[in-house]
Amino acid sequence: MNAVAEEIAAPPLVTEVAFRNFNFYYGKFHALKNINLEIFRRQVTAFIGPSGCGKSTLLRTINRMYDLYPEQRAEGELILGGKDILSRGTDIYDLRAKVGMVFQKPTPFPMSIYDNIAFGVRLHEKMGRGEMDERVEWALKKAALWGEVKDKLGQSGMSLSGGQQQRLCIARGIAVKPQVLLLDEPTSALDPISTLKIEELITDLADDFTIVIVTHNMQQAARVSDYTAYMYLGDLVEFGETDRIFLKPTRKETEDYITGRFG
Amino acid sequence: MNLHQSRYLTNRVALALSLSAMAFGIFWLMWILWTVLDLGIAGLSLDLFTKMTPPPGAKEAGGLANAIAGSAIMVGLATAIGTPIGILSGVYLAEYGQSTWLGNVTRFINDVLLSAPSIVIGLFIYAVYVAQVGGFSGWAGVIALALIVIPVVVRTTENMLILVPNSLREAVYALGARKWEVILKVTIRASKAGIITGILLAVARIAGETAPLLFTSLSNQFWSLNLNEPMANLPVTIFKFAMSPFTDWQQLAWAGVFLITLGVLAINVAARVLFQEKR
Repeated sequence: MNAVAEEIAAPPLVTEVAFRNFNFYYGKFHALKNINLEIFRRQVTAFIGPSGCGKSTLLRTINRMYDLYPEQRAEGELILGGKDILSRGTDIYDLRAKVGMVFQKPTPFPMSIYDNIAFGVRLHEKMGRGEMDERVEWALKKAALWGEVKDKLGQSGMSLSGGQQQRLCIARGIAVKPQVLLLDEPTSALDPISTLKIEELITDLADDFTIVIVTHNMQQAARVSDYTAYMYLGDLVEFGETDRIFLKPTRKETEDYITGRFG
Repeated sequence: MNLHQSRYLTNRVALALSLSAMAFGIFWLMWILWTVLDLGIAGLSLDLFTKMTPPPGAKEAGGLANAIAGSAIMVGLATAIGTPIGILSGVYLAEYGQSTWLGNVTRFINDVLLSAPSIVIGLFIYAVYVAQVGGFSGWAGVIALALIVIPVVVRTTENMLILVPNSLREAVYALGARKWEVILKVTIRASKAGIITGILLAVARIAGETAPLLFTSLSNQFWSLNLNEPMANLPVTIFKFAMSPFTDWQQLAWAGVFLITLGVLAINVAARVLFQEKR
């Protein structure tokens, strides 16, 4: 009876990305073991766990970054938008337009701030100068960088500070209008103030994008994410709403990790 | 003597040794520069750039106009031919053939070519081109110089591209770029300063090469822009004039040395100024 009212209060969760019986190998090394996980649309999902647990590896499969390295391979199913992106017919260039990524260290391209943003857009869309100007402004505003750079769009992207460079990279990622944004420890190379800005930004971006973030910092996961996956040695140990994972973890290993007993 | 003192002493000794090594190098360099300046500057005049190389015992003063023009043409063409080949090969080695069989063989052969004495390259072109065509020519000189440019540019291009961090490449791929877009639009741009420096180093090197031209373009006493004829150039003219008994020829040889030194210096300074602001 109350279904309608409930839907208005909290729209139902839609699965954006799903791992089914997913395994990953670096050569002979079995890095991810039988992962089953769903990532929900327009929610922030955090992957946490000690170094080497496979959280970055898992993140990098969603845009098939591992394709660059011939000795790496994935098995199982990885569903995005109803399709198995591991299947042979997948256009990985098109996939990467749908799945943006921001890396640990800021990676501005050796070109102007404007061209840094326009670069990715030009790879996938043809548009006039006016439309591109609007897109660049939109992306920089979304990344909370517009105010700081609007008068120097022609300057090199390398001239910005570390925190600004990372927001530039976020703007570059969202300018392509992806569905999913992958963040691989996006603040680990930044100072606390820049980190805070990025964290606030992540919360805002979740209105438009599905966000998956890998972080070493458990407080960060607790602050920014709606869902948390705890991984250890290639296994997905526990997954659930962030509040529940941090307050009432069901697995002993999860509790040990988040309370700092190990890791 | 305590630990602190012994470290202090070691530091002092090491510093003294490296300073004296530097002083030794600078001493000879300065001496060379001074000699070139001292003996070359006397020969500088407008005639140097407007008059042809004089015959032995000429009454009026000669110049180096034909040799300057010939050197400029041959160095320019050799750079124009060698640079694209070198850059493309360097891109192949760094981005495609990094650890493939073909890449390793190419890299090895390139290193051999890089360290080959330039006289070998001159003799090679003499055998396969000059002897076949039946005469010394500007083109033969251009080919010989280009063969010296290529390995230098290949090496520097590959080294500069390898320095580009992989994280930058991944960031470009992550936006959905193809491999050629990654290379052309980002990695080459990121290493542009280093690649251009490599080209300038190659230019500086061939500007003074004598041996490969001795067997290919030889020299020409007259004004000639025909690349199918023997072509005058600075290094061979200097070689010929410096060994001669005529004082006016010797003076012109020193002026030529001065011009080459100045040119190479200018190229190096230009490269530094151009890329100073870039990291």
